Amino acid sequence: MRSAAFLIALWIGAASAEPLHSAIERGRYLAAAGDCAACHTADGGKPYAGGRPVPTPFGVIYSTNITPDKDTGIGQWTEAQFYRAMHEGIRADGKHLYPAFPYPWYTKLSRQDVDAIKAFLEALPAVHQENKPTELPWPLNVREVMSGWNALYFKKGEYQPDRGQSAEWNRGAYLVEGLGHCGACHTPKNLAGGLKTKQNLEGGYGENWYATSLTNDVRDGIGQWTLDDIVRYLKTGSNAKAAATGPMAEVIEHSTQHLSDADLRAIGVYLRSVPGRNQTASAGTDKQQLARGQAVYLDQCTGCHMQDGSGQRNAFPPLAGNAVVQAREPGAMLHMIIDGARVAATQHDPTGLAMPAFGWKLTDQDVADLATYLRAAWGNKAAPVSVAQVKDTRDRVAKAAAGK
Amino acid sequence: MATRLPAKDVVLVGFGLTSSMLAQELTSAGLQVLALERGGFRDTVPDFAVDHIQDEYRYAVRDDLVEEPERETLTFRNSADQVALPMRHIGSFRPAVGAGGAAVHWNGQTWRFLPTDFRMRSHTLERYGAKFIPEGMTIQDWPVSYDELEPHYDKFEYLCGISGQAGNVGGKLIDGGNPFEGARRRGYPLPPLKRSHATVLFDKAAKELGLKPFPCPAANTSKPYKNIYGVQMGQCTFCGYCEWFGCGNYSKASPQTTIFPVLLKKPNFELRTHCNVLRVKLDGSGKRATGVTYVDEMGREFEQPAELVILCAYITHNVHLLLLSGIGKPYDPSRGEGVVGRNYAYQITSSVDVFTNEILNPFMGAGSLGQAVDEFNGDNFDHARHGFIGGGYIALWTTGGRPILQHQLPEDAPSWGAGWKRSMKENYLKSCSIATHGSVMSYRDAWLDLDPTYHSSYGDPLLRLTFDFHDNEHRMSNFLTDRAADIAKAMKPRSMHVKQRKGHYSIVPYQTTHNTGGAIMGSDPKTSALNRYLQSWDVPNVFVMGACAFPQNHGYNPTGTVGALTYWAADAIINQYLKQPGPLVHA
Repeated sequence: MRSAAFLIALWIGAASAEPLHSAIERGRYLAAAGDCAACHTADGGKPYAGGRPVPTPFGVIYSTNITPDKDTGIGQWTEAQFYRAMHEGIRADGKHLYPAFPYPWYTKLSRQDVDAIKAFLEALPAVHQENKPTELPWPLNVREVMSGWNALYFKKGEYQPDRGQSAEWNRGAYLVEGLGHCGACHTPKNLAGGLKTKQNLEGGYGENWYATSLTNDVRDGIGQWTLDDIVRYLKTGSNAKAAATGPMAEVIEHSTQHLSDADLRAIGVYLRSVPGRNQTASAGTDKQQLARGQAVYLDQCTGCHMQDGSGQRNAFPPLAGNAVVQAREPGAMLHMIIDGARVAATQHDPTGLAMPAFGWKLTDQDVADLATYLRAAWGNKAAPVSVAQVKDTRDRVAKAAAGK
Repeated sequence: MATRLPAKDVVLVGFGLTSSMLAQELTSAGLQVLALERGGFRDTVPDFAVDHIQDEYRYAVRDDLVEEPERETLTFRNSADQVALPMRHIGSFRPAVGAGGAAVHWNGQTWRFLPTDFRMRSHTLERYGAKFIPEGMTIQDWPVSYDELEPHYDKFEYLCGISGQAGNVGGKLIDGGNPFEGARRRGYPLPPLKRSHATVLFDKAAKELGLKPFPCPAANTSKPYKNIYGVQMGQCTFCGYCEWFGCGNYSKASPQTTIFPVLLKKPNFELRTHCNVLRVKLDGSGKRATGVTYVDEMGREFEQPAELVILCAYITHNVHLLLLSGIGKPYDPSRGEGVVGRNYAYQITSSVDVFTNEILNPFMGAGSLGQAVDEFNGDNFDHARHGFIGGGYIALWTTGGRPILQHQLPEDAPSWGAGWKRSMKENYLKSCSIATHGSVMSYRDAWLDLDPTYHSSYGDPLLRLTFDFHDNEHRMSNFLTDRAADIAKAMKPRSMHVKQRKGHYSIVPYQTTHNTGGAIMGSDPKTSALNRYLQSWDVPNVFVMGACAFPQNHGYNPTGTVGALTYWAADAIINQYLKQPGPLVHA
């Protein structure tokens, strides 16, 4: 038993699954798994030099320079200081970081993995680029308030393997709940930005997009996905049931496509164990509204998604049985209808097939009718969509475009 | 004074189909490649997106995707005794501006030339004797054979995701395909498109006449497709907006739908838009290109050095650039000497409109949705008793039912007023048209040169086109039109309208964007501007792509052969030229 537990620990925290031969290379892989570049590299900016606006409900926070520059980066940080930042959310100067930096997840990382990430960052070219101050209002701009927040919502501690589960499951949990920080978007948050931990991975908002449930609910979740579906989605950007767009497309492009198949399978094994709620939803029944929605669908959508909602295999995703269409919150679907979307462009599938924006030609009522129809057609079942929800999404689209 | 920029390995002039193909191949070979495009960047979404692309007025009537004659044009005349005048409106043909070039707004009709087409002169002499070639006709053999191009045709078809039915795989004839085509190594990557009702009627009628109709090869996808570079395409929806439109469904092959997603991510590729190349710069010897000069949107002039300059613009612009840059001896028709501008050719088309009693549903259309017969193409029939050279295919295309320009009315229908409206109502859903697509031979008196009168906004002389249809083409086209009328009759129509191509060539009505020649490939530097690898005889680090290399034009749409030649040239550049830069053929 001891040796089995030891093996699990090794598999979870270190190099067993990763064909890597040095701390730097291991750190490069881990940095990809943690999707560090997504925030720490600005559009058109130097890698890891920061400056990318990270929108939060409280105001914009700018990511920081994590290149080894001695003045503006983390070149003077010790390994211990770096570990404390990852593990406790405290900077080298002792001040608090905001949880836009996902230390509530990174706290689960092993010291060995954190050191490898540090080794990788130290090997990057140093970029001299000053950090930008946050745009948070008082009193949130006083970093000391985070100690109160941490007391309420932050649970410090490295990942502890569940001995009742397989090594693969534990590796998956480590990646999902730790390095991958999936819950940063996929878990709902309270008004203070604290996670609703009882609703882990049940869907939430991130970067003004609704991130759908990763639970095993068959409609509002990925309960119909096989293990291979999950691996394929994270590797290529799409599978037979869905295509990744919005912020998830970036996650796949920057992060998951670079992970080993073993790690992607581990993620899948873990996700498939997250129970769904099996919420019973009832679809819209207003026949006139459904007819109006169907008319919009036939005019605008059938070219790619086909009349029966089956999509086109290897090109356009099906809408029948689609988790985004049937999500509790219709936000992601509405976002795509209003603003268009582009599928992740990966090494496996480089195309980045795109859907144009329809928000300019459809009224709020049109979009609500269409969305209500989609949530009632072809065996789909999810609550009707209101005009107010469409308006709310239009606000989020505008905010996303402004980077707020 | 031009600003001198850091050198590149390769500069590509234009960023259309041939340029994108070369950029993809040459960057994969490790070269630093720069493409200079006079227009802007364009992509499927947002530029051709389904939320707005089906706008006939904007694209077909107001010419949104094609070049603007007030910015760039050429002059035209029928014969040497006339004064050429500038073309002030888009008419007979439609060159494009912007990324993707004319492969954005084409129909997708993707043919291979016949094996005998590549031996045009020798084959004619062998079968019909020297007297059969009329005085003044300057047809030549291609310096490359069908068999040599076959792998490159194949690669191009698998790049584009061609839907079609093979007729000859490895010498074995296959029912339902074109029995006259050259042997291909394998079938098309996708099955043929679904048929329109009109093509079914054509098919039946042609079979009744003993002909062998087959589905036209289409760069419109009959199924979702992943191409040779891993790029994905969606399935054609038969929306009917191919020709003169971009495709919003990722269903028509274009650089956007087949190459851009992989090419544009490459660190060794660079695209600069709104850059108009004015000259290929030569060194003091005149035997070596040092790069190009171009003008950007702000009117600033730049010198871009490069080891290899490849002209990938539309044929008229490639020839214009060669003439302006002094590469190759300009063609002189009075003596029949010189090579640049020589053997300009075109296509001769005609049609037979067919009016039926049944509804044909023209709304279901695609650019290459058609059924054709090839009995009267090339030398697939005995020309001895006809006394003309050449031929063409006859096809019924269902490209769409656009309301403004795509309709047929009977010959006796009024052209305006209540009578016109009544006739339109009666015929809009119950008509179709059979098209003939004829070859045009090359002639001593059809050529391109620099205009002595008119200048561009850059102060350069415009290109001048001197061209007319000859008796050989009219007789061939009338023969084809009669055969089309035979098929139309066999369709048992309510009425029909035979529209022969009569008289002089006019640059005003649209015919086809199948201009060819002017910088032709050949085996003899005295009668060709390019060698068999599309390399300039005179300046070996200049290559020229496109239909300007055709020694004459055959009875098919040119794009399939343009694509095959481009891969053929890319192969020669990578596997021969890079190993030992210099002339690949010693004359």
